[in-house]
Amino acid sequence: MDTSKKTIIVFSGDFDRVFAAFVIANGAAAMGDDVTMFFTFWGLNALRKPEKIKVDGKTGLQKAFAAMMPRGTDKLKLSHMNFGGAGPRMFKHVMKQKNVMSLDELIESAREQGIKFVACTMSMDVMGISPEELIDGVECVGVASYLGEADEANVNLFV
Amino acid sequence: MTVTTEELKALSADLVVDARGVSCPGPILAAKKAIGGLAVGGVMEVQATDSGTLKDIPAWSKKMGHDYLGAFDEAGCIKLYLRKTK
Repeated sequence: MDTSKKTIIVFSGDFDRVFAAFVIANGAAAMGDDVTMFFTFWGLNALRKPEKIKVDGKTGLQKAFAAMMPRGTDKLKLSHMNFGGAGPRMFKHVMKQKNVMSLDELIESAREQGIKFVACTMSMDVMGISPEELIDGVECVGVASYLGEADEANVNLFV
Repeated sequence: MTVTTEELKALSADLVVDARGVSCPGPILAAKKAIGGLAVGGVMEVQATDSGTLKDIPAWSKKMGHDYLGAFDEAGCIKLYLRKTK
């Protein structure tokens, strides 16, 4: 098996974009590749726990940012045709009909396959998201850690 | 290595993976999960209904280093065969 490495930067928090990133990540892992997904800015919202978690030490603006952004996969918007939240519901309905895996299933599968999730501490800080608000098993890193991984990868995507 | 449909139909698979009704990337995830349970030299049959698997399973086999043998359609069910090489 010709193992190589893939890195994916998940910058967007749009449901469809995050979904595509996880399909590619899962496919690559199934083909024997090591995969690292680097979540930054809006992409962090995909990794947020759905429940509200009280964290001390946030500034007013950080609190406001965190409150305004979607918490978790179920709250993500579509990049097109969002229709005030009706779009994602229609999308999910059709995906279920077509037996497409759900975003949560893809994330679960990514974990099972050993895909590494890393989150950018700088954007977490700006957006008022603390590590305990993210799902378990996410490593919080800086840009150099990502670049170190990207150096070893033969494919790098920015989503 | 590609064999004829008649030869494929005569093959008895050591492992059958049912990925019917499942969309991309389900079939390759199913194939990856299942192949661990197959001995080297064994033949795996993947059953699918997503037409993309006709291209995906050969690509997956090539990447993983297994021998893709071929596929045929049987009443809307695509049957793909590969031999585990390592």
